[in-house]
Amino acid sequence: MPPRSRLHVPSPPARPGQEPDFSYLQISPAGLVGRPDVIAAAREIEELSVQMVRVLGEDHRAVGPWNPHLEPEELQVGLRHMLLTRLFDDRMQKIQRQGRISFYIKSTGEEAVAVAQGMALQPGDMLFPSYRQQGLHVVRGRNLVDLMCQCLSNTRDMCKGRQMPIMYHWGSGKIFSISGNLATQFPQAVGWAMAAAIKGEDHIAASWIGEGSSAEADFHHAMTFAAVYRAPVILNLVNNQWAISTFQGFAGGEQRTFAQRGPGYGIPGIRVDGNDFLAVYAVTQWAAQRARQSGGPTLIEHVTYRAAAHSTSDDPSRYRPKEEWRAWPLGDPIGRLKQHLIALGEWSEERHAKLEKELEAHVTACWKEAETFGTLSGGPALDPLTMFEDVLKEMPPNLARQREELRALRDTPAVPQGVTPTLVQKG
Amino acid sequence: MARMNMVQALNSAMDVMLARDPRVVILGEDVGYFGGVFRATEGLQRKHGEHRVLDTPIAEGGIIAAAIGMGANGLKPVAEIQFADYIYPGFDQVVSELARLRYRSAGDFSAPVTIRTPCGGGIRGGQTHSQSPEALFAHVCGIKVVMPSNPYDAKGLLISSIEGDDPVVFFEPKRIYNGPFDGEPHKPASPWSTHPRGEVPEGHFTVPIGRAEIVREGSEATILAYGTMVHVAEAAVKMARVDAEIIDVRTMAPLDVDTLCTSVCKTGRCVVVHEATRFGGYGAELVATVQEQCFWNLEAPIQRVAGWDTPYPHAFEWEYFPGPGRIAAALKLVTEAR
Repeated sequence: MPPRSRLHVPSPPARPGQEPDFSYLQISPAGLVGRPDVIAAAREIEELSVQMVRVLGEDHRAVGPWNPHLEPEELQVGLRHMLLTRLFDDRMQKIQRQGRISFYIKSTGEEAVAVAQGMALQPGDMLFPSYRQQGLHVVRGRNLVDLMCQCLSNTRDMCKGRQMPIMYHWGSGKIFSISGNLATQFPQAVGWAMAAAIKGEDHIAASWIGEGSSAEADFHHAMTFAAVYRAPVILNLVNNQWAISTFQGFAGGEQRTFAQRGPGYGIPGIRVDGNDFLAVYAVTQWAAQRARQSGGPTLIEHVTYRAAAHSTSDDPSRYRPKEEWRAWPLGDPIGRLKQHLIALGEWSEERHAKLEKELEAHVTACWKEAETFGTLSGGPALDPLTMFEDVLKEMPPNLARQREELRALRDTPAVPQGVTPTLVQKG
Repeated sequence: MARMNMVQALNSAMDVMLARDPRVVILGEDVGYFGGVFRATEGLQRKHGEHRVLDTPIAEGGIIAAAIGMGANGLKPVAEIQFADYIYPGFDQVVSELARLRYRSAGDFSAPVTIRTPCGGGIRGGQTHSQSPEALFAHVCGIKVVMPSNPYDAKGLLISSIEGDDPVVFFEPKRIYNGPFDGEPHKPASPWSTHPRGEVPEGHFTVPIGRAEIVREGSEATILAYGTMVHVAEAAVKMARVDAEIIDVRTMAPLDVDTLCTSVCKTGRCVVVHEATRFGGYGAELVATVQEQCFWNLEAPIQRVAGWDTPYPHAFEWEYFPGPGRIAAALKLVTEAR
């Protein structure tokens, strides 16, 4: 037989019913990876894209040059934010299961990425998240009632009923609008950062995508523009191993790390233990300092695990082992920071349980308040005529006419009264 | 007043806006040092600096995305896509992002981006340098779509686009960059210097978006056209010896329904003309709007004259182009119908 080409179809190490297997994951011991100067040339620090920056060791102590030396109070705030994010997610998932919101996406297992990064950045820095960084809102002090009202599409919905749940935005909090399309905001963040540099401001931008959507052309556009103009931006690639049902090999992760794409563009790539709060904080601080000193962009690959389903419409038991999350070698970001604080003598199981109770009660109170602004089944509702607003700044004649058409329909007795748009139930 | 061709008028519009408003930035392939492949940005980088007039990588999706980010950060970006035929890699950024940002964030975010792009055929550009994709963009809610037919409008409309708070896709019919074109390729080209709309104020002025213009008054029929086809329609009127009213639509979205329909209700006959392919083209929207508003005044079926439903062929450009002969035939058809 003459030699023939053969198509390689990536396959994950384990499927349902099989033993979880993370032997493909290259993990550096905590404290071993060097911390270069923030203005080091990208080509001199390429090893950062292969190794894994880790600070928290097996004994829960912070070690090595990347230790950000945060005060215990700051660590406690980080723990609180992560815990609140998780409890909020858990509650919203339950609420979706009860049919009280149409859809939800949890960030369980990945809380350190949004929370540590949000804390390491400045309030004036502009954030372009994907749909799994709700922790950014928590860090910046967003009222959970606002997030819940968005998920409810009720009268207090910041999106006026125009977006599926979790597609938040917050102009004054400097968190950009999530579109729901994948990766589209990555190059927009670069444009935002270019504008900051053109205006001579010291604010930087940060954006987040998953490893799956790094296959989109937008990733390449973002990297190219960021490299060419040395834009002050942090480009975060959250490698949570799974893009719905396709494992990271389908995004190109089998041969090289995702962080290694950085050096290919002339951008430093840093691979970090995404479940190590201290390591995520430290690499973000490094990249932010670099960006503010005209050092340009950094690509950070956060190695983490999507512990929850992709969304409430997804059932991961159909494509991955049920116990995979338990076998994940980098553990749980909340558990690890908690153990670190306990090791420092700055935390205890009792305090943790008390905090959990307090935050649960807070989430409950927020939900009660959110429902007073309307639910899918009752209470105050948005006026459907508002759907014609904000298409353009001023309403053009065709929309004004259509609004009157809808008004007439609404006011015609033949049409049942009180009909409000309800979202399609997903999952 | 100065004599300008369309490229000079566009250049002047950007020059005026760069000088007036520090938020204005120009970006695109070859627009900086070189001044653009059609010279529309010639001299602007030298005059206003390399932070205001940026050469970019060859990535239309990246150009539009970066412009959106810049717009969200308080700048007024004017992005050039070198040919409308190359805009498709950026289509998602226009449709899903630029056009929706204000709506999906309930007005909290917006990006006032103007996208300039040369369109249309008649320059031996074959199927990748001749397309007129205005219908694809007019179909997208949340953006304005503009196509001028002369230097005066080009400058005034471009300044309106840049000054406005909404995103605009600004199509420039490249066949008429240097002079009005009546659809007869074998005649010597006439320059803008002999055309009344080649006279353009040197400073700041605007032409409002969303207003059509009656370029020739007439009583026997109405021709709805835009871009290059306005001039071809004028030639067709002479050829057919029909006293037709010619309306330059100028803005595809939002559409000036009143000007169009007032004319058709007056004449009772209508021919819709565009260079883009016919099926599902922008002309279909015009025909539908006119029949809704003018049905009881119509004396004949509305006719469409458009590019054939094929890609733009390199060797058969003039057989493809909807020239004055085809428009004249349509005029005869609508005026002779009883």
